[in-house]
Amino acid sequence: MSETGGLVGRSLLRREDRRLLTGAGQFIADLELPRMLHVAFVRSQLAHARIRSVDLSRAAAAPGVALALSGADLLRLLPPVPDTQLSLPSKWRSFVQHEFRNPQQPLLAHDKVRHVGEAVAVIVAEDRYRAEDGAALATVELETLPAVVDAEAALAANASIIHDELETNLLGAFSVAKGNAGFALEQAPHRLQRRFYHHRYAAMPIECRGVAALYDPRTDSVTIWSATQVVHWVRREAAAILGLPEARVRCLALDVGGGFGVKGHVYPEDLLIPFLARRLGRPVRWLEDRHEHLLCSAHSRDQLHEVEIGFDNDGRILALKDEYIVDCGAWNPIGAGVPYNTAAHLCGPYKIDHLTASCRTAATNKVPNSAYRGAGRPEAVFAMERIIDLVAAKLGLEPAEVRLRNMIRADEMPYRAGIPYRDGEPIVYDSGDYPGALQQALQAIGGVDAFRRRQGEARQRGRYLGLGIGFYVEGTGVGPFEGATVRIDPSGKVYIATGACPQGQGMETIFAQIVADAWKVSPDDVVVSLADTAAIPMGFGTVASRSTVTASAAIHRASERVREKAFTIAANVLECAPADLELRDGGVGVVGVPGAAVSLARLAQHARPGWDHARPSGVNAGLEETHYWEPPTVTWSYAAHAVIVDVDVETGHVAIDKYVIAHDCGVVVNPLLVEGQIAGGTAQGIGGILLEEIAYDADGQLLTGSLADYLVPTADDIPEMRMLHQHSPSPLNPLGVKGVGEGGAVAPPAAIANAICDALSPFGVEFNTTPITPERIRQAVRLNQPH
Amino acid sequence: MKPAKFDYHCPATVDEAIAALGRYQGEARVLAGGQSLVPMMNFRLATPAAIIDLNRIPGLDKIELTDGTLRIGAMARQRRLEFAPAVAEKLPLLGEALGWVGHLPTRTRGTIGGSIAHADPAAEIPMVLQALSGEVVVRGTQGERRIAAPDLFVAPLTTALEPDEILTEVRFPVIPPGAGYAIEEFARRKGDFAIAAIAVMLVREGERCATAHLATAGIGPVSVRLSEAENILKQRGLGEDAVAAAAQRAAELVEPMADHNASADFRRHLTGVLTRRAVLKARDRQNVRTG
Amino acid sequence: MSAPVDIRLTVNGQPREGRCEPRKLLVDFIREDLGLTGTHAGCEHGVCGACTIFYNGEAARSCIMFAVQADGAELLTVEGLAESDGKLHPMQQAFHEHHALQCGFCTPGMLIAALDYLKINPTPTEDEIREAISAVLCRCTGYINIIKAVKAGAEVMRAAKS
Repeated sequence: MSETGGLVGRSLLRREDRRLLTGAGQFIADLELPRMLHVAFVRSQLAHARIRSVDLSRAAAAPGVALALSGADLLRLLPPVPDTQLSLPSKWRSFVQHEFRNPQQPLLAHDKVRHVGEAVAVIVAEDRYRAEDGAALATVELETLPAVVDAEAALAANASIIHDELETNLLGAFSVAKGNAGFALEQAPHRLQRRFYHHRYAAMPIECRGVAALYDPRTDSVTIWSATQVVHWVRREAAAILGLPEARVRCLALDVGGGFGVKGHVYPEDLLIPFLARRLGRPVRWLEDRHEHLLCSAHSRDQLHEVEIGFDNDGRILALKDEYIVDCGAWNPIGAGVPYNTAAHLCGPYKIDHLTASCRTAATNKVPNSAYRGAGRPEAVFAMERIIDLVAAKLGLEPAEVRLRNMIRADEMPYRAGIPYRDGEPIVYDSGDYPGALQQALQAIGGVDAFRRRQGEARQRGRYLGLGIGFYVEGTGVGPFEGATVRIDPSGKVYIATGACPQGQGMETIFAQIVADAWKVSPDDVVVSLADTAAIPMGFGTVASRSTVTASAAIHRASERVREKAFTIAANVLECAPADLELRDGGVGVVGVPGAAVSLARLAQHARPGWDHARPSGVNAGLEETHYWEPPTVTWSYAAHAVIVDVDVETGHVAIDKYVIAHDCGVVVNPLLVEGQIAGGTAQGIGGILLEEIAYDADGQLLTGSLADYLVPTADDIPEMRMLHQHSPSPLNPLGVKGVGEGGAVAPPAAIANAICDALSPFGVEFNTTPITPERIRQAVRLNQPH
Repeated sequence: MKPAKFDYHCPATVDEAIAALGRYQGEARVLAGGQSLVPMMNFRLATPAAIIDLNRIPGLDKIELTDGTLRIGAMARQRRLEFAPAVAEKLPLLGEALGWVGHLPTRTRGTIGGSIAHADPAAEIPMVLQALSGEVVVRGTQGERRIAAPDLFVAPLTTALEPDEILTEVRFPVIPPGAGYAIEEFARRKGDFAIAAIAVMLVREGERCATAHLATAGIGPVSVRLSEAENILKQRGLGEDAVAAAAQRAAELVEPMADHNASADFRRHLTGVLTRRAVLKARDRQNVRTG
Repeated sequence: MSAPVDIRLTVNGQPREGRCEPRKLLVDFIREDLGLTGTHAGCEHGVCGACTIFYNGEAARSCIMFAVQADGAELLTVEGLAESDGKLHPMQQAFHEHHALQCGFCTPGMLIAALDYLKINPTPTEDEIREAISAVLCRCTGYINIIKAVKAGAEVMRAAKS
C-alpha cells in the first residue's frame, strides 16, 4: 500500500463543520419521528433503601400519559439483563490474580435502590412536560437503609451491604507484580510512604445522553438511535433483551455532542427504550437532562492509593508498591477495565524492576464509576508523579533530574515493562524518546534554572510561583478489534464503513484523508459511514484512544485486498500484468503509460456479476472487502506537561502562568485535529484538579446536582498552551499512528499539583489529594509558616 | 427539567400586577428577568400557581436623576445599566459591580429590581445598594412605601416585601464626584456568585477619610454594612495600618455562612483580605482621579 | 390561564407563529414549534449557554425564558447567520478555519455569544474575547481555537465594514 504522503499529515479542515456551524447537525434531540412518545423517570430520593411499593395509578391516569411501568412490572415482562460486560481476555486472566463479582443492573430498580437518582419507574407520555408531570404523581415507599459513601468504609467488617446476594461490597480485586517489591523495599536505602486520593469527577459533555427507538412490525425489527460511543455493543445487548436476532436490530448514533467515555458503555435506558417502543407500537425517545446526567449517568476517578517507594541516594527508584481502592459506585458496567489501566500505567516512563500493584473495587451508594478520558491513567500518574517529586524533595534534587535518571531512554526501545496490559499481552513500550520530550518541554517553558531564579525573586516580593511536571505514557489502540468495509461505489467514489463512533473527533475528515491517500482520490470522493450497525456487522466502538489506530489499520488491510482485486480486473481490461499497474487520479493505470488507465467507476462496473463482466475467471464479483483488524497489542503515546503556576497565598487562588506540552502520538494524520484533542483533554485535566468535583454527603445525597455546583472550566480558567510535537511512529500498525484522544487529560492533575507544591515549598505543604481548592491551599498555608 | 404548569398573567400596569398577585394569596411569583426564577422552576424547586409577568408594563425601566438621587426603574436591564452614561457618571460602583454579575447574556435579561428582590446573599447588586445606602420603592394593596437597604434584606432569599408588594424602583444617592470606589470579589470562576465580596466607596479630604462605606456579599446570610470598620477608617485615615485594622475588624464583624463552596472560617478570612484590597484599590483610585 | 397562548414573532427575518402552553420554554418552542433545531439545550438551568440566541438584538439564554415572552420579539438563531445563498457568516467561516468546534453542540451558542460581544466591542483583545466567551461552556476544544477564531472573525467583520 502507499506510504503516507499526500493528505496524511496535513491539517485539512473538517467536512463535519458546515452542518454543525449552520445548525444543521442532527443530534439525538433533533430526531423527529411521527407519533413519537417521550420518557421521564421516577427516581429514588434516597441513596440506599428497600423498595416497599411503587404506586403509579395517579401517574398512569395523568393527562397525556401512555404508559407507566415500575421495576416490578418490568420483571414480569423482560428477561434478566445479559452479562455482556467488557470481559478481559483469558490471557489476562491467566497472568493476573483476580476475583470479580458482577451484579447486573436491572433496567428499573425493583428490590432496592442503590444510589440517589436510580430509576424506579418509567413514564411515557405525549411530551416531556407531561411525562414529568406524571412522574411527579408517582408514590414510592422506601425503607431507608444505611448509606455507604466511602470506599474504605464499604470494605470494613460492619458495612451495610449494597448487593445482598454477594454478602460483600468487594466487587473485584486483582494483583499484579514483577520482581519482588516487598524484599526490594526492605533493602532500599530510602523509603517513602504516602496516601494519594484522586477524587470523583466526570466527563460532563455538553450534550447529555439520549435514546430513541422505533419498532417496525412488518419486519419485526427495531431501530435504536443512541448518543453512544458503542453502537455494536448496544445492538448486541438490545437484541438479547428483545429476543431478536442481531440482524433485526439496528443501532446507530447521529451527531454526538461529546462523550469522553461517559457514553462508552451500555446503559439501562439503551435497552429499556427499545422495549417500550415495541410494546407501545410507537417511537419512543428519552432525552437525559443535566440533573439526571449528574444523578445517574456515570462518574469517574475516585481512587485511593497507598504507595510505598524505595530508592537510592541518586534517586533511582528500586521498588514501588501500590495498594489502591476504587470507589466503584453501586454498579460496575466496565468491570476491571479502568482499575487495571491504573496498574498498567503506574510505572509510566520509568524503569522500575520491582513492582506490586493490588487493587480492590468497592461498591458504594453512588453513581457507577466508569471510563472518562484517561480511564484510570490520571489516577496512576497522579500517584507516581507526586511521589517522584517527593523523592526529589527528600534528596534535595530537582524533580526533572530524578525523572531523567529513571526514564527509559530512546535507545532502550522497545522496552518490556514486565507486566501485562489489559489485553493480556506483555507491556512493551514500542517507540519514543521520553527524556527528549521532558527536556523539550522544560526548555520551552523557559528552562529550570531560569525559573528557579525567577521563583526566588518572586518570593522576595511575597509572590509564590511554582513549576510542576506531569509525564505519562499511554497505551492506545487497544483491541480486541475494529472493522472496516471498503467498497468501490459504482460512482467511482470509495466508500468505507467502520464501527468507530465519533463524538467530535473529526473522524469523517480523518478517515477521508487516510482513504484518499491510499486510493489516490480526492477526499471529496471518499464516502464515510460511521456509528451504524447496518453498515458493518461487527464493531467495537470509540473508547480508549483507539479509533484512528484500529480503524485506519482495518481500512488499510481491507483496501489492500480491494486494490489487489481491482488490479487483477484492471490488468484483464488493460491487457497487462497487475505488477505493471498503479493507482492514480481516481483510477488504475499502467505505470509510465499516461493514457492506459481505467477509472474506479468503470472498474466497479467491470466487477459486477452477470453478463458482460470483465473479471478473469476465478475472481468473484464485487469490489468490496471487510477486514477486522485485531491489533497485536497497544501502541504507546506519551507526553510531558510542564506548568508554571502563581499561587495567591492570601486567597488560595491558583493562576496558570505558562503551560507547555511536548507530545508524541506517532504519525499524525491531521495536526490541527491532534492539537484540538490535546487542548480539549488538557482543559478537562485542569478542570479536574482545580474546579470539578462530584460531592456526596454522608447520607449519599448528591451535593453537586447542577452546573452551578459542578464547575466546568470556562475560557477564563484555561491558559494558552504551547504544544511541541515528536513523532515516533508506531511499529504496530500500517500507518504508524498512535492514539491521542485521552492523553491531554491524564497529566494536568499531577503537573499542577506538583507546581502548587513547588510554589508553596517554603511552607512545606504537600497536596496529595484532589481537588486542590483555594480553601485547602489557604488552610495549608495557614498551618505552616514559611521556613 | 421542565417547569410545572402555571397560570400566566401579563398585566399592563403595576396595579393590575398587584391585584393579580393578591388573588393568588402568596402562591404567585412575579417574573422580571427570570435568570434566577426560571432555573428554579425548571428544577421544580419553585412551582408557583401563577406567574405575573412584569415585562410588558411600560415605564418600569426609567433612569432619572432627581436631587442627587439616581432613580432606576426596577425592570431596567442590567445590561443597559452597564453601559448607561448616567450610571458611569453618577454610580460607577454599580457599573463596576455589574461586570461581576453573571455574564453578558444573563445581563441582557436580568433586571436590577429582580436581583434585589431575589436577595441572593451572594449577589452583587444588593451589596451595592447597601454600600451606597440606597432604598427601594415598593407598591402593594396598601399603597406605596420606601424601604431602606438595611431594612430590606431580612434573610437569604427573603426581603421585607409583603406577599402583595412589587418592587417598582431602586434609588441610589449619587456617589460624590471624585470619590474612590472598588469591588473585590472572590468566586471560583468569574461570573459565579461571590463566595465573598466587598464593595467600597470612600471620600478623602486630604489625609482624612471623610466618608467610608463598606458592604459585603457572599459572606453572611444578607449583605451588611461594616460600620465599625468604616469608623476605623474615618478615625485613623487610609494608611497601611489603619486599613489593616479596618480589615481585621471587618473579618471579626461578619457572621459567615458555611456551605459546600466554603467554610465559615474561610469566608471570614477572605473578608479581611478582600476588605484590605478593596479599600486600597478605592483609595488609590481616588488618588488617580483627584490627583 | 394555563391554556395555550398564541405567539407571533419574527425569526431570522421571517414572520412565524405558534401556539403553546405558557410554561413551554423558549428553547423548546424554537426547536419544536419552529423546527429550528440548531439551538441546543445543554442544561436547562441557564448555565452552559448552548441555548443562546439573539433576542431583540441581544444575546439571551433561551432555556430560561418562556416562549410567551417572545411574542412580538425578533429572534436570530444560528440558522439565520449564513446568507441565503449558503455563504457562511465570517464568524462561522473563522470557526471552520481555526478548528474552533469539535462536537458542535455548544457552537451555535458560542457563535451568538461571540457576535453579541462584538456588537459592544468590535476590536477586542484576546483577554476580552476570553472573558466574553466564558459565557458559554465548551467541553471539547479547551477554548484556545475559539479565541483565535473570534479574533480572526472580528477582523474580517471590521474589514468588511470599512
